[in-house]
Amino acid sequence: MADAPKKRTTDIGPPHYEQFLPPAIKKNYGQWKYHEILRAGVMKHVAENGDAVYTVRAGGSRLMSIDKIRMICDLADKYADGHLRFTSRHNIEFMFTDEKKIDTLIADLKKIGHPVGGTGPSITSIVHTQGWVHCHSAATDASGIVKSVMDAVIGHFENMDLPAKCRIALACCLNMCGAVHCSDIAILGIHRRPPKINHDLLHKTCEIPNVVSACPTAAIKPTTVNGKPSVTVDEERCMFCANCYTVCPSMTLNNPLNDGVSIWIGGKVSNARHEPMFSKLAIPYIENNPPRWPEVVEAVVNIIDVWKNNARKYERIGEWIERIGWPNFFKLSGIEFGKMHIDDFKHAGLTFKRSAQLTY
Amino acid sequence: MADELPKTPMLDELEKGPWPSFVSEIKMAAKRSPASKDLLGILERSYQEKIGHWKHGGIVGVLGYGGGVIGRYCDVPQDFPNVAHFHTIRVNQPAGWYYKTDALRKICDIWEKRGSGMTNMHGSTGDIILLGTSTDQLEPIFEELTAIGFDLGGSGSDVRTPSCCLGKSRCEWACYDTMAACHDFTKNYQDELHRPAFPYKFKFKFSGCPNDCVASVARADMSIIGTWRDNIRIDQKAVGDYASAGVDVTKEIVNLCPAKCMDWDGKMLKIDNSTCRRCMHCINVMPKALRPGKDTGACILIGSKAPIVEGALLSSVIVPFIKMEPPYQEIRDLVERIWDLWCDEGKNRERIGEFIQRVGLGNFLEMIEVEPAAQMVAHPRENPYVFYEEYFEEGEEEAEN
Repeated sequence: MADAPKKRTTDIGPPHYEQFLPPAIKKNYGQWKYHEILRAGVMKHVAENGDAVYTVRAGGSRLMSIDKIRMICDLADKYADGHLRFTSRHNIEFMFTDEKKIDTLIADLKKIGHPVGGTGPSITSIVHTQGWVHCHSAATDASGIVKSVMDAVIGHFENMDLPAKCRIALACCLNMCGAVHCSDIAILGIHRRPPKINHDLLHKTCEIPNVVSACPTAAIKPTTVNGKPSVTVDEERCMFCANCYTVCPSMTLNNPLNDGVSIWIGGKVSNARHEPMFSKLAIPYIENNPPRWPEVVEAVVNIIDVWKNNARKYERIGEWIERIGWPNFFKLSGIEFGKMHIDDFKHAGLTFKRSAQLTY
Repeated sequence: MADELPKTPMLDELEKGPWPSFVSEIKMAAKRSPASKDLLGILERSYQEKIGHWKHGGIVGVLGYGGGVIGRYCDVPQDFPNVAHFHTIRVNQPAGWYYKTDALRKICDIWEKRGSGMTNMHGSTGDIILLGTSTDQLEPIFEELTAIGFDLGGSGSDVRTPSCCLGKSRCEWACYDTMAACHDFTKNYQDELHRPAFPYKFKFKFSGCPNDCVASVARADMSIIGTWRDNIRIDQKAVGDYASAGVDVTKEIVNLCPAKCMDWDGKMLKIDNSTCRRCMHCINVMPKALRPGKDTGACILIGSKAPIVEGALLSSVIVPFIKMEPPYQEIRDLVERIWDLWCDEGKNRERIGEFIQRVGLGNFLEMIEVEPAAQMVAHPRENPYVFYEEYFEEGEEEAEN
């Protein structure tokens, strides 16, 4: 492949967004007055001058082939003069000014397998990581669980029938490329055993001071094994974060017998009503059960159902639980509370109940 | 080649059900790409064995860049030779993720010729992700991408590809032009984005209002969130229209206001703007009646991150309010003071949030020449172990006078 570049262009940055804006968006840039959600997945934005733009939002799978991108481009050419955009949660949006196009576009999207929804008090597409499709440290697959969960909750994508929005996210290990830690429901891949050290390879593949300093609990110490420099792990102190593995491929944590999934709930990033908050542990461990992870799906559906049936309008999962208290959440959801729910890392004391304001 | 697809009984289960199937996507790509065909095979094996088959990234890239390509190799190349190399390319997305179809089709054409045909639209940080190619294709892909006006995004210890909400392009709540700011910062920091020279990654995210649609408060080392200083604009007639249409203004809005700064008597909605926290709830519920004020700008927060290494953090306030106007010189100066300090004093793989936890916010502010403000804390300290820095020596008072 002697495709040697003749002339190299570098550091040009991304193309300027303005060339991609639909004409009605460009014309009314900064001049929007209000919007309405006409139905799930369909929005109308109205400008100060009365211009209206309609948006149809379709759910996407994050993992897409160029074949599908071309089909989506065909629809954008047909309905939106060749314009489209993606949302931060893998949805695809088409914008146009002719209201009459909405129904036929939705029908055409259905034909290529893409539902419309994800606006207002609903569940929108799950943001997620690569999992077994492309990652070295994945404790579970990402796309398979996401597909299985969305198949089960698609009714809440296509209908705005929840108390508030519900943002679900999945990260396949604690690295959290998807930064899921502030989601209404976070599905998080976890390891449960300390690293297996390959003493023959470690000195060739890893910088030992980096490995030692990578450990948040100082459980890793330098040592010599069979005359070769290596490390030891105080397994009592290992909390399976895989940070050592990130800097050193000779410290494997992947373990098919013990890897699995944990579920965290009640986080949010918006400032609306309650300040942003982290998700909290609901279920410490569910074993990997591919291809469709039925136990994970059931756990997510249960949490959504209990919230939907008990929360007040506008209460996101975290706000609802803050009002009723965590003991009531565990009672209502049937999830068992145990030792692993109690924090034992830095600042753990701030999470203890420090009052007699209790429910019984 | 369609009939040669590997048998994938487990993955086939994921073609059932109403949600779009990633397995069907890989199968479409596999009809023409041997790499995607082997991706199906190796993924089926992972599903059977409950373990991934990818190794750590090696150092691969394009000439002169240290980021933008993630090296990826599988651990069973003898069984799946077409994914022996399966590198990822991060392509910097246009601000707001708007495209014209001709630009997307050109990317697809490059990726059909030189890669697996599989993508992520988009990755978690915001880039277009081209998933799976071999080392010899990297330079040609880069040349062809730049020829159609695209460039690579960040990876490793550099400025990661900035991202933003769609802001003023379609949202009436945008308190500043997020797309303009995101594009401007991205262009301005191309060297920092392409050539990793920091202790660890540094992410910018631009949100137009406190609804924070790009999750900047949880996911950006620097979170730039639009807000306003003056009064919420009220259209009293439109409030009345919402009430007539069935909105219970007291229950759904007044009672849910976190500042308890609103009052509704059935005719007039009153807001005490001096205690309004700019949370957006009332505006979200009645977009035709309420709007952010006109004296708009942004609040800058710093330091959020996922758990690795020392635990997850949310960003915290460092500039309570700033006007957002090009060339954003005051923010650039601040960013560069922060980077200089962090590059000198930060430890390897220490994010800026962790650095601040280590040195203390008070000390950090002093080092970057920012005055402390009450908006930067949830409340003043509760512990009395204060590092007092000023005191008197015997006789010193007279000497100084």
